[in-house]
Amino acid sequence: MNYLTQRLLTFPLVLLGVSLLVFFAIRLVPGDAIIAMLGTEAGLLTEAQRASLAAYFGLDQPIVVQYGRWLAGLFEGNLGISVTYGKPVLEVILARFPLTLELSLLSMLISLAVGIPAGVFAATRVDRPSDLVVRLFAMLGQSTPSFVVGLVLIYFLSVTFRMLPAMGSFTPLFVDPIGNLSQMILPSITLGLSFAAAVTRISRSAMLDVLSDDYVRTARSKGASQRDVVWKHALPNALIPVVTLSGVEFGYLLGGAVIVEQIFALPGLGRLTLDAISQRDYPLVQGAVLFIALNFLVVNLLVDLAYAALDPRIRLGGK
Amino acid sequence: MHLTTTKRLLAGLAVAATLTTAFALPVQAASLRMAWSQDATGLDPHKQTAFSSLRLLELIYEPLVRLDANYNVSPAIATSWEFSPDGLTLTFKLDPNAKFSTGDAVTSADVKASFERLLDEATAAAARANFTSIASIDTPDPQTVVFHLSQPDAPILVAMSGTNASIVPASAVTDGSIGTTAIGSGPFKLDQWDPNVKEVLSPNPNWAGGKVGVDGITISVLPSESAIIDSMRANQIDFALFNDPTIATLIPGEQGMTLNRIPGLAYNVLQMNPSRPPMDNLKVRQAISCAVNRQEIIDTALIGEGKVTGPLTMAAYASDPSTLFCYTQDVDKAKALMKEAGQEAGFSVDVIAATGEPPYAANEAQVLQSQLAAIGVKLNIKTMDLKVYVDTWLKGDFDMAVAQNGGRPDPYPMYNRYFTKDGNLVKVSNFSDPELDKLLQEGRVETDVAKRKPIFQQFEARLAEQAPWVWISSTVTYTANLDSVKGYEINPSNLLFALSKVTVGQ
Repeated sequence: MNYLTQRLLTFPLVLLGVSLLVFFAIRLVPGDAIIAMLGTEAGLLTEAQRASLAAYFGLDQPIVVQYGRWLAGLFEGNLGISVTYGKPVLEVILARFPLTLELSLLSMLISLAVGIPAGVFAATRVDRPSDLVVRLFAMLGQSTPSFVVGLVLIYFLSVTFRMLPAMGSFTPLFVDPIGNLSQMILPSITLGLSFAAAVTRISRSAMLDVLSDDYVRTARSKGASQRDVVWKHALPNALIPVVTLSGVEFGYLLGGAVIVEQIFALPGLGRLTLDAISQRDYPLVQGAVLFIALNFLVVNLLVDLAYAALDPRIRLGGK
Repeated sequence: MHLTTTKRLLAGLAVAATLTTAFALPVQAASLRMAWSQDATGLDPHKQTAFSSLRLLELIYEPLVRLDANYNVSPAIATSWEFSPDGLTLTFKLDPNAKFSTGDAVTSADVKASFERLLDEATAAAARANFTSIASIDTPDPQTVVFHLSQPDAPILVAMSGTNASIVPASAVTDGSIGTTAIGSGPFKLDQWDPNVKEVLSPNPNWAGGKVGVDGITISVLPSESAIIDSMRANQIDFALFNDPTIATLIPGEQGMTLNRIPGLAYNVLQMNPSRPPMDNLKVRQAISCAVNRQEIIDTALIGEGKVTGPLTMAAYASDPSTLFCYTQDVDKAKALMKEAGQEAGFSVDVIAATGEPPYAANEAQVLQSQLAAIGVKLNIKTMDLKVYVDTWLKGDFDMAVAQNGGRPDPYPMYNRYFTKDGNLVKVSNFSDPELDKLLQEGRVETDVAKRKPIFQQFEARLAEQAPWVWISSTVTYTANLDSVKGYEINPSNLLFALSKVTVGQ
């Protein structure tokens, strides 16, 4: 069996585990959809009223039966109906996904575009003042939480300059690219900065390792210029840890950047999941978590495949 | 390849220009941009109880009557109404111009269908308990509705003024589309709702009240009230609702913004659980009431926003709080009462508070903790997520709870649910008293306001003296607008309906 098939076969098992966990975990939290909707006034319902609402929200069956029904629906590609939206869960998730994907790609782009050159630069000037400055910024960038960066940016723009990207109503990329980018640039920078710091640090240390390898010395002795040595010979090998790191990070980002989406009022997957949890919209929470888990699995698979492409010595599946 | 300095400069300028155009968003002329931090939770006017849902729906649906700024009943779909002399019949004349946004006239059949839906237990209508005295509904002609009551019920008229008693089309009741489509006879219609993101409303051309002053309303759901202020500073939001006094009180210092303070009927209260010792002892409860300094809680936890209140928060019925039992802090009396109750050494209890609801709940609990320490009562503060809190609260599973409970313009529906033996929330209060029962029932059947007032004041004094709860302060709701918004008239019962009169300048 080849590596790809093997990996793909584990997907359903992992997803089943995730679905079990999320299905029962969300139901362990006190307070149900009825309380989420009615608040303290839920106490005013008569027994008959409560029963009719429970049937409406699908809470009237034993929990195992609920799970069985939901799982059976899954096989037909039906993730259930969101209680809050009154629409199929998959439709709600897919409507939010483009934003999350765009935000993930933009912030990855920013962090790689800043992080890799900064790391390479620092590695080639190791222990010189410029290296120290890069390391200092990387340390700062990694240890500053994204909500601090985001709030400082917002405060600065709103109080000092009295402008902000429009919050609340999101402009899709293909409807108005400029409007869209003006909304996305700050969140992408906020998310990208801390990850850029991590990329800087890892590409610096990987580069330092590679630069002391034999083949780099060979390239130098054959008269290759410093630029060729660094960018053509050393960098591709130094990128492997960066790819690993980026893959994991990208998987996380596709799950929705809850804090940044919340700060900038972006309707992405993270905020959708957070709202669904607080409104006890069980079908939506289950669907969203499953979708996020699937993304993570796919991204990890792609990362493994990328290793092989970057370094022909790596053979997937062993032997 | 190296860029020349000129090229770099040009590239830099191009980037700067793009960013400037991107951030300088066009100001829409006559559409109102509104924001709140808690979105509506649904569209069925009969089922919703969340503050935001009720506010949103008051723009779309209309009840038979509305309350004016002084809580007086005034016309809405009904132009006039009359109780029969025996108080058993209530007759409404409907506005012949009233139309749903579809253009169909609002008739007595729609009113009948709406109230029958409300009364049907399967609907799970939030306000059903207020209408159980309705025995039958007659519709002698399309503009006349007659409610036959099983007993005189003075508060029913006020209950009919709420969004929870909105009139919906009879056809929507039949086809079950209420909650998915919002067809009402109010000033606006809902074009789009993206839950937790935004609502888009446009004027209802068929509204009987005439032409509204704006081209539409867009309501954005922003993550926090401080994000709303930021957006107002950046001229992106014209009008907003605020709950948190620490945020709202920043607004008067902002250039070009106005804050409106609207005294609310909701109240902040320390609920004790009289079914658990030692709170089952009247003297212990009274001692706690005497040990509390209400004004100090307002000054510190609520940064001065709100007034000391007794159980009744509506001006028409409320007594002067200083006449109520132990409304002036008296630690010596409190200690003496503790001694009489055999609790000289004091005791330790848990108090629950919800995180962020109201925003100052934890602060209130802390001030109470320090005040009650003076008589040896040690409060252990347990803060919890709102839904967990509500779940615990509904089960009555607490020693004490810091709460903010909703008020009603009439004392009967406000407290009947908590403090009579058949109230649906008696499980939360764990307290009922025959004397309170008797007074509430007397007040309910008395239709003469002048005679109702002393009855309810007696009720209020008795409740404060029995001290199942310690009432602390009234609440304030805030709206804020940019100065370009004109004509907003404050009406505590119709915070957003008042937007039908505003205009937005350039």
